[in-house]
Amino acid sequence: MKEFLAFITKEFAHVFRDRKTLLMLFGVPIVQIILFGFALTNEIKDSNIVIVDNAKDIATQQIITKIASTDYFKIKGNLASADEIDKAFKSGDIKLAIVFPVNFYTDLLHTNKAQVQIIADASDPNTATTLTEYVKGIIADYQSQLSETMQTPEQIITNTRMLYNPDLKGAPNFVPGVIAMVMLLVCVMMTSISIVREKELGTMEVLLVSPFKPILVILAKAVPYLVVSLLNLTVILLLSVYLLDLPIKGNLLLLYSVSTLYIITSLALGLLVSTGAKTQQGAMTLSLVGMMLPTMMLSGYIYPIENMPWILRFISNAVPAKWYYIIVKAVMLKGLSFSFIWRETLILFGMTLVFLFLSMRNFKIRLE
Amino acid sequence: MNAITLEHITKTYNKGAVLAVDDVSFAVEKGEMFGIIGPDGAGKTSIFRILTTLLLADKGTATVAGYDVIKDFQKIRGIIGYMPGRFSLYQDLTVEENLNFFATVFGTSIDENYDQIKDIYVMLEPFKDRRAGKLSGGMKQKLALCCALIHKPEVLFLDEPTTGVDVVSRREFWDILKRLKAEGITILVSTSYMDEATLCDRIALMLGGKILSSDTPERVIKSYPEKLFAVKSSTMHALLKDLRANENVVQCYAAGEYIHFTLKEAGEANENILLKFLRDKHEKDLIFTETVPTVEDCFIRLLGKQDGGAGN
Repeated sequence: MKEFLAFITKEFAHVFRDRKTLLMLFGVPIVQIILFGFALTNEIKDSNIVIVDNAKDIATQQIITKIASTDYFKIKGNLASADEIDKAFKSGDIKLAIVFPVNFYTDLLHTNKAQVQIIADASDPNTATTLTEYVKGIIADYQSQLSETMQTPEQIITNTRMLYNPDLKGAPNFVPGVIAMVMLLVCVMMTSISIVREKELGTMEVLLVSPFKPILVILAKAVPYLVVSLLNLTVILLLSVYLLDLPIKGNLLLLYSVSTLYIITSLALGLLVSTGAKTQQGAMTLSLVGMMLPTMMLSGYIYPIENMPWILRFISNAVPAKWYYIIVKAVMLKGLSFSFIWRETLILFGMTLVFLFLSMRNFKIRLE
Repeated sequence: MNAITLEHITKTYNKGAVLAVDDVSFAVEKGEMFGIIGPDGAGKTSIFRILTTLLLADKGTATVAGYDVIKDFQKIRGIIGYMPGRFSLYQDLTVEENLNFFATVFGTSIDENYDQIKDIYVMLEPFKDRRAGKLSGGMKQKLALCCALIHKPEVLFLDEPTTGVDVVSRREFWDILKRLKAEGITILVSTSYMDEATLCDRIALMLGGKILSSDTPERVIKSYPEKLFAVKSSTMHALLKDLRANENVVQCYAAGEYIHFTLKEAGEANENILLKFLRDKHEKDLIFTETVPTVEDCFIRLLGKQDGGAGN
């Protein structure tokens, strides 16, 4: 035990004395979060929209004027019928379409109810949500103005349709994505590099010759990175709550528990990489190409998995980050409890066991 | 009892494509300082790794302190001290932290075994808070030796401990080894510096995976069968060329400030003919003597024999 502690102390010294790596470990998530955070607010300005005004009455005119007067929208044109909307979207330069049905104002006056349809290009889900919310806000504003002059309260019902990506999966949930990425970076890459470094420096030879159990060498390597990863998770969560106003809806303890599981999965993967790599360079390439790319592409973090061809969807099942991403989104954004994520958790747990088994089997008590 | 034995050890790499160790057998007695002398790529490191249980030999058996290197590898690990050739410690840890770490990993502490490393550690103590990466080459080697010694090993394996270390530090290092030997530790050391060979009790000259000769340095030198001549003049390059052109000269090569060579047929008459031949060409500053061979001369002779005759 004393040996094990000495080992962990040594590993911590390696981590904290390497300023450059440390800067990268904590700098990358912070920069990512801030970049994403501000990219969110910057995009919503002068978005091109089209209007299909089938009513052409005083109410629709007033709403359109209101919309046109904001900074958010730029009316690119008025379409004659809803059939042309599709073409307009496909041309790519419009983000949103608003459809007023015939007799909008009369409906509003006589039945106290009128409908508006908002159609958004949700291939960029961030912008789509924000824009529809703006339109809804403007209409609600108009509605309250009307209510002041009239006796009975009117109701304008907005119908929203998200085109291309109805569930809004993808970028708006980038915080879970950043967490998944950073954990992978820290755990897989750093752990494998630090183990392979011992091989390169020749210290592994001495450690193998010592009475210290080789497998403990590997375990001791994992401990500091587990701690660093949890610290990193905390930093990311703090940033997303206080800088991006993204509240954690679910149970914090649950979030940390599943994150710890994911970290352990990644560490096991790092060990596996280290058993295969001979040089630090090799370990880095293996973790970057072999882990980082699939994680970015196939975890659902950048591209929605639902829209992929079946072969990629199939492969994505082998990417731990995919499952973790689902879990974090469920817990953090939707506030779901464990009963909703037990299946994904079980899959991650299974993966961890497989990775650990493989790396134990591949771990050599001798050289070569 | 022998501290180390090797019997017909053979080791190949790349599925047999590279023969690193070729049927090597030797034994090291307890308390002996045994040197493996040979150039890079001779197979020295492979032998060290087989003995320290880090590699498995293709053929043959080996024991360390009476334990089989394959069956009892766990017993061997822990009673040996090992300093690999490229061992560079943890650069980002201080001298003291390095030593402390290795002491703990080997189940002891600095205080417990301080007497074992005292002689060496006093030289390091002024720098104990310095990071290992900032030490000089000689200091690094001393620290590495401390780390290999801290658990009082029975057998010490030092793979090229003095490579890349300055002359003064090398001498100091060998003085330390002598003291360790006096304490009864068996030492197997490898080096590519021939001058260090005479400091060992016994040496094995190794080349191309084979041991060419193994004995005490004195006897290795005594076994040199021919007369060895040394010659020097102000025009060394021309001298070397002339010697090479001469039919009676077998091996000639630069050795320090002299050129060493042997003759196909020695004897006073032949020597005089050669001497006259050289005098004619090289004026008065020619110095010509018979000389006592060194380990290096022995090595070059064996090298020449292996190459199949005329060496350079």
